[in-house]
Amino acid sequence: MSEIREKSQPSGVIGWIDARLPILSFIRDHLTHYYAPKNFNFWYFFGSLAFLILFLQIFTGIFLAMHYKPDANLAFDSIEFIMRDVNLGWLIRYMHSSGASAFFIVIYLHMFRALMYGSFKKPRELIWLFGVFIYLALMAEAFMGYLLPWGQMSFWGAQVIINLFTTIPFIGPELGIWIRGDFAISDPTLTRFYALHIVAVPMVILLLVILHLAALHTVGSNNPDGVEIKKNKDENGVPIDGIPFHPYYTVKDFVGIGVFLFLFSLTVFFMPEMGGYFLEHANFIPANPLVTPEHIAPIWYFTPFYSILRCIPDPAYGALAMALSIVVLFFLPWIDNNPIKSIRYRSTLFKINLFVFVLSFFVLGVLGFKSVTPLYSALALRFSEMYFIFFALLFFYNKPRENLFSYLYSGTIIFLIAIYDISRINSDNYFIVLIGLSFIFIFIIFMTISPLYSNLNKEKEVPDRVTG
Amino acid sequence: MSTDNPDNSRRKFLSGSLTLVGGTGVAATLWPFISSMSPSAKARAAGAPVKVDISELKDGEKIDLIWRKKPIWVVKRTKDMLATINTNKEKHKDPMSENTEQQPDFAKNKYRSLKPEILVLEGVCTHLGCNPAYKPVQSSNGLGKDWKGGFFCACHGSRFDYAGKVSNGSPARSNLKVPPYRFEDENTIIVGELPQSNDKNKG
Repeated sequence: MSEIREKSQPSGVIGWIDARLPILSFIRDHLTHYYAPKNFNFWYFFGSLAFLILFLQIFTGIFLAMHYKPDANLAFDSIEFIMRDVNLGWLIRYMHSSGASAFFIVIYLHMFRALMYGSFKKPRELIWLFGVFIYLALMAEAFMGYLLPWGQMSFWGAQVIINLFTTIPFIGPELGIWIRGDFAISDPTLTRFYALHIVAVPMVILLLVILHLAALHTVGSNNPDGVEIKKNKDENGVPIDGIPFHPYYTVKDFVGIGVFLFLFSLTVFFMPEMGGYFLEHANFIPANPLVTPEHIAPIWYFTPFYSILRCIPDPAYGALAMALSIVVLFFLPWIDNNPIKSIRYRSTLFKINLFVFVLSFFVLGVLGFKSVTPLYSALALRFSEMYFIFFALLFFYNKPRENLFSYLYSGTIIFLIAIYDISRINSDNYFIVLIGLSFIFIFIIFMTISPLYSNLNKEKEVPDRVTG
Repeated sequence: MSTDNPDNSRRKFLSGSLTLVGGTGVAATLWPFISSMSPSAKARAAGAPVKVDISELKDGEKIDLIWRKKPIWVVKRTKDMLATINTNKEKHKDPMSENTEQQPDFAKNKYRSLKPEILVLEGVCTHLGCNPAYKPVQSSNGLGKDWKGGFFCACHGSRFDYAGKVSNGSPARSNLKVPPYRFEDENTIIVGELPQSNDKNKG
């Protein structure tokens, strides 16, 4: 690398600056001579799109902050002021509110890409870890931002989420008071959420994005084949299957940005509330601590986790299950260390497992909007179990398993689930419990025992070079 | 002192103690910032005990006040109302007020109060935090023949009796909360303070 740099070292003023501040070298190392695999597909748009949305959120946020008033008595009216009286204020606000949902759509697709192509695996564990931290920071950012309009859903949503912290043993109630800065959600809560939303968390996110990208550029991108392109270099040290990020992928990303902005504009101009999913209807009523809305549902990107929270009747254990559902993501690189990265060369059972995981996440998301009925809560419990079983099976598929291990492993999972069911079964719910348990039973037996008698867990050979 | 071989144990000790002292300093510096997020003096003052005069309160009447931003009810229960309160296990989820979270020890009794006739409750449904309504009239407002009076939460249909005890079949799991309170004199209640030892505890 240093050899190449010396050859093309610029002279004159630009050379003088570059010797003191390596702007040109930076552009060369990270754009024009940064080699990315040549086989990126549709799924590789979402990283740059997330970056675009981050910029968009910061930019629109700055202009909203010029008109918004972080005061429990003024906040709701200042939002109405932005919507009605500020020149094109409605546009800026709808860009910001739709941007939040767009951010989560893009991030979820970006994470799914990593799951599909094994982008979290060695040597990219740190990229994944920083990514999960970004996701966590983003959830905090979105949650605090949602309180700012000071509508009914802002208030009662925050009430429910902050009450989760009060379920922590011993320190919980005091912690809740400390987070709120008062004995109930009120002005101090609003002003601190404002400070955190516009200053602290965005800075954390920016720092994490820098770390995410620095780690990415150290090891290089994965690709849909999961082949390390750095293993095949030409005589100049350039990967044979690599192409310079600029101009090839900058141009490609502009196509993605164009399509995204088209869809984003459609949302902003024609359906900014998205039928109550991007902006909930109850939030058009000012916050009232003495009246609870009839039905409280979180905003859509939190509903899968809300379902996991509610599937266990005890709030403390529910909160624990929800926390675990996010914590488990941090351990993904060590749970799944099957040497094959890409879904293209992994087994049929892996594909089924990933499909069921996505389905579970989606169903949990839908259930999170619904009021609790015996049927829905039974479904939520089973799909929450499926969410965690996904990770258990990922570990199982790390390598071919012996007969004894397969039976013991599936037996243990079924045993754990059955124990919980036995503890709650009674004459009212035995039918629904047994049906659910048998589905889980059949699924786990199929996923773990069938490899012993079929080719369902047979993996394909990974090529040496990327394919097309 | 030999120049080639610096005293490593001395060096370790010095950097260790420097880390310790510096770390303590950083922790101490963080404290004002963490502490600033706790309720301010103003918020604490608003969380201070609230005094209420009940000399004007008539039989069967309810007054609302606010303590720590939560609605607090004071109800003067009549003999008839008290007669509807029972500790029947078939009807209540927690008939004996055994959940110690839901009341101070002094209110762990049949009427869940210091004096039988005076009821003090937090008006926050234990299900999802709605405001239950006071429904003293018997068999009114479509609550059914079995309705003997009490509190009804319109949000999700939780029913509570005149002592705030939750009925079986309600989505709420626990009884309405009794806040700490004491009688300063016959007609003055202080909400937010526990009875003192020289108070007459008629519970």
